[in-house]
Amino acid sequence: MLKKFWFLSIIIVIAIILPLIVQSSYYRHIFILILIWGALGVAWNLLGGYTGQVSFGHAAFFGVGAYGAGLLAFHLHISPWWGMIVGPVAAVIVSIPIGLICFRLRGPYFALAMLAVGEICRLVFTQWVSLTNGAMGILTLTTFSSKLPYYYIGLAILSFSVYTVYRLMNSRAGYYFVSIREDQDAAESLGIPTTKYKMYSLIPSAFFSGLAGAFYMNYMNYIEPSVVFSLPDVSIMIILVVILGGVATLWGPVVGAIIFVVLSELLRSSLGPAHLLVFGVIVCLVIMYMPNGIMGEVDRIKKLLQRKGARIGSEIT
Amino acid sequence: MSLFWQTLICGLLLGGVYALIAIGMTLIMGVMKIINLAHGALVMIGMYITYVCFHYWGIDPYIAIFISMPALFFLGCLIQKYSINVLIGKESILPENQVLLTVGIMLVLTETMRLIFGSDYKSVHTSYTGTSFFIGDVSVSIPMAISFVIAMVFTYALHIFLTKTDIGRSIRATAQDKEAAILMGVNTNKITIVTFGLGSALAAAGGTLLVPIYYLFPDIGHAFVAKSFIITILGGMGSTMGALFGGLTLGIAESFGATYISMELKDVVGFVIFIIVLLFLPGGFKSLTKR
Amino acid sequence: MSYFEVKNLVKRFGGLVAVNNISFSVEKGEIFGLIGPNGSGKTTIFNCINRYYSPTGGKIYFKGKRIDKLPTYEICRLGIGRTFQVVKPLRRMTALENVMSGAFLKTSDVAKARDRALEVLDFCGLFRYRHFPAKGLTIADKKRLEIARALATEPELLLLDEVAAGLNPRETEAAMEIIQKIRSSGVTILIVEHVMKVIMGISDRIMAINFGKEIARGTPQEIVNNEEVIKAYLGESYAQGK
Repeated sequence: MLKKFWFLSIIIVIAIILPLIVQSSYYRHIFILILIWGALGVAWNLLGGYTGQVSFGHAAFFGVGAYGAGLLAFHLHISPWWGMIVGPVAAVIVSIPIGLICFRLRGPYFALAMLAVGEICRLVFTQWVSLTNGAMGILTLTTFSSKLPYYYIGLAILSFSVYTVYRLMNSRAGYYFVSIREDQDAAESLGIPTTKYKMYSLIPSAFFSGLAGAFYMNYMNYIEPSVVFSLPDVSIMIILVVILGGVATLWGPVVGAIIFVVLSELLRSSLGPAHLLVFGVIVCLVIMYMPNGIMGEVDRIKKLLQRKGARIGSEIT
Repeated sequence: MSLFWQTLICGLLLGGVYALIAIGMTLIMGVMKIINLAHGALVMIGMYITYVCFHYWGIDPYIAIFISMPALFFLGCLIQKYSINVLIGKESILPENQVLLTVGIMLVLTETMRLIFGSDYKSVHTSYTGTSFFIGDVSVSIPMAISFVIAMVFTYALHIFLTKTDIGRSIRATAQDKEAAILMGVNTNKITIVTFGLGSALAAAGGTLLVPIYYLFPDIGHAFVAKSFIITILGGMGSTMGALFGGLTLGIAESFGATYISMELKDVVGFVIFIIVLLFLPGGFKSLTKR
Repeated sequence: MSYFEVKNLVKRFGGLVAVNNISFSVEKGEIFGLIGPNGSGKTTIFNCINRYYSPTGGKIYFKGKRIDKLPTYEICRLGIGRTFQVVKPLRRMTALENVMSGAFLKTSDVAKARDRALEVLDFCGLFRYRHFPAKGLTIADKKRLEIARALATEPELLLLDEVAAGLNPRETEAAMEIIQKIRSSGVTILIVEHVMKVIMGISDRIMAINFGKEIARGTPQEIVNNEEVIKAYLGESYAQGK
C-alpha cells in the first residue's frame, strides 16, 4: 500500500513538473494530446471495459461536448470556457435517451446501435447549418498564447476522470458494473437492476467524454463535424487507445494514450504518409497477440504471483 | 407521378448492388458471428482493382469482375487464415475483439490504397457512362441497369451454390450450429476461410459494379460498411434472401429520402431505420416470415 | 394464503407448451422438491418464478404479494434467490468478488459486503478458493459458488436448480450437507433435482411433473411408489410388468 502511495506521488510530481522542464511548444502539444486521449480512454473504459458495453459511437459525446463549448461562443459570443460546464452537461443530457434506447440491446447489437448514433450525430451536425454552421465548422480565438495553462487544465481533467473511475470501481457500483459485464443474467438474478447500473456507467462516461470534447474545442479553437464526430478517428481510436493500454484497468487508458500519441507522432515524422499504415499493422498485432493490453498483461502476472501467495497462506492456517 | 417512378427505379437498381455487397457481409456474419468492419474496405479494393484494369490495361469494368473477384477471394482467405483465426480461443475481456481486429484490417487496407493511389477522387469513363434508355417517360441509366442485372445473376448463383453444393451446405451447417457441424465432420476452420474469401469476392463484385456509376477514393469503404450493416440487420443475420430484400429496401428508402426529404439527410434515414429495426424487429425481415 | 404460491402457471414457446397449468404452494421452512424427466419443464418453472422468462399465464404469489409481473432483480430484492442449472459464474471475478456482488444487495459498504461474503464462502466450504477466478473452479465448486452467491443476497426462499447434477458421490454428500445447513438457518427451499438420492433424502414434499403437467404429489415415500412417476421415468412396460 505504501509502495503504491509513493509510486503515485512520484507520477504526480513528474506530471506537474514535466512541462516546466520541457520548454518546446511541440512537446507540450504532444503532452496535451496525451491528456485529452487519456481522459477519453478513461471515460470509454468505464462503460466499455468495466461494464462491458462496447460503444462504437463515443464520438457522439465527445462531439456534443465540443459543440456545447463552440456554439456558446458562436451564437452567444461568450467565452467558450463556459463550455467546460455546458459541454459535459449537454453530453450527459444526450446520453440519457441514447442509453435508454440502446441498452435494450446486448453485445454486438449495442455496439452497432451506438455506431449508428455516432453517425447520426455527425450527419445532423453537418446538415443543421443554421445551428452549427455545418461543415464550415466553428472557429474561436485563442485564450492563452502559452501551452502551459492548457497543459494544467488537461491534467486536471484527466486526474478528475481517473479519480472518479477509481472511486466508482471501489464501491458497490464498480462490482455491479463488472458483474454486468461478466454475465448479465446472473447479475439480474442477484438483484442488480442492470439497465439502471448501465446508465450509472454511461452517464459519467458521457460526462468525461464531453468534458474532453469541450477542452479540445478550447485548445484547438476549431472544430468541424467530420473531425469531432469522426467514426474512424474518434470513436474507433478511443477503443484502440484502451486496448493498447489495457482494458478494464485503471491506468491502462492513460498508458494507452501515451503509447498511441507518441507512436503516431513518431511514425508521422519518420514515415510520412505511410504512418497510418504502419499504425494499422501494429494495431492488428496488438489485438492478435496482446488482447488485454499492456496493463492487462502486467495485471495477469501480478495476480498469478498473488494467487500463489494466497494459496500457501490458506494451507497454513 | 413520373418523379415517383423515376425515384423507385433508381432506388431499386442501386439497391440490387447494395444487396450483393451485403450478402457478402451477411455470409461472414452468419458463419463467424462477427461484424466485419473491413467489409467496406474490401469493396473499395475491388473498386480500385477495376479502376486499374480499366485505366492501365483498358479492360471494361464489367469484364474486370473476373479479375477483382478471384483476387479478393484470395485476399479474404489470407485475412481469415492469418489474422482472424489466430484470435479464436484466445481469452480476452472484450468479446468484440474480433470486430476490433477487423477495424485494424480496415485501417491497413485503406491506408495501403491511399499510399498507392493518393486521397483524390477517381472515376472511370466508359462509352456508356451517362447513357440511358426510357420506359415511358422514366429514364433508366444503362450502366445502373447492367449492374443491377449482373448483381441479381450473382445473387441467384450464390443461392444455388449454398443450397446445391457440398461446400455450400457445409457453410450453411456451420452458420446454423458450429458445434454440430464439427461433429458431422465439417472442417469448420476451412469453412470459415472459404466463407471469408467468398464474402470478400462478393464485396469485390459489388465494388466493381459500382465503378461505372460512382467515383472512388480510399475512404469510400466507410459508407459501404454502414450500408451493409443496415441491410444485414434489416434482412436478418445470415439470410441471403433477407439481405436481397434488405438491400432493395435500403436502396429505395435512400432514393425516396433523397427526393422527398433532402439529398443530405438520406443517410440519416438509413440509420434511423437501422435503429428502429434493431429495437423492434431484432431478427430482421426474416423473422416476420416465421410468424 | 400460503407463504409461496404458484397458481395455474402456463408457459408456451411458440406452439410448444413447456409448462401446462401447474399449481403448487410452499410453506415457510420446508424443502419442496420438483422432479421430472429431462425436458419436463422444471427449469422453465424456475425461470418463470424469477421472471427470467415471462409466464404466458397464471399467477405467482410470495408472502401474499403478486410477483409474476415484477422484473428479475426486484424478485431477488423481495427475498427469492436462485442458482442456475447451467452455472453462470462471473468468470473473470474471484470467488470472493462473485459472492460480494450478491452481498451488496443488503449493504452498499464494501467492507461489510466483503465480511458477509467471506462468511458465506466459509459456510459453503469455498473459503480457501476465495482469491481464485471463478472460471478456474471445478464444476462442483462452481455449483457451490452459485449457492454461495445466492445466499449472500440473504434470501428467504432459495430456488436450487440441479445443484448436484454431474457431481461425484462425495461431492453430492457435501452438497446435501450444505442444503441441510441452509434449511436449518431458516431458509425455505424449492429444489429441482435429477439425483434421486438427494431429492428423496432432503425434501419434505415432492411434486412430479412430465410434459409440463403435474403427475403426482406427496411425501418422498409416496412419490417413489407412485405408478405415474415410475411410468414417466422407466416407461409404460416396466410399470405394467411390475
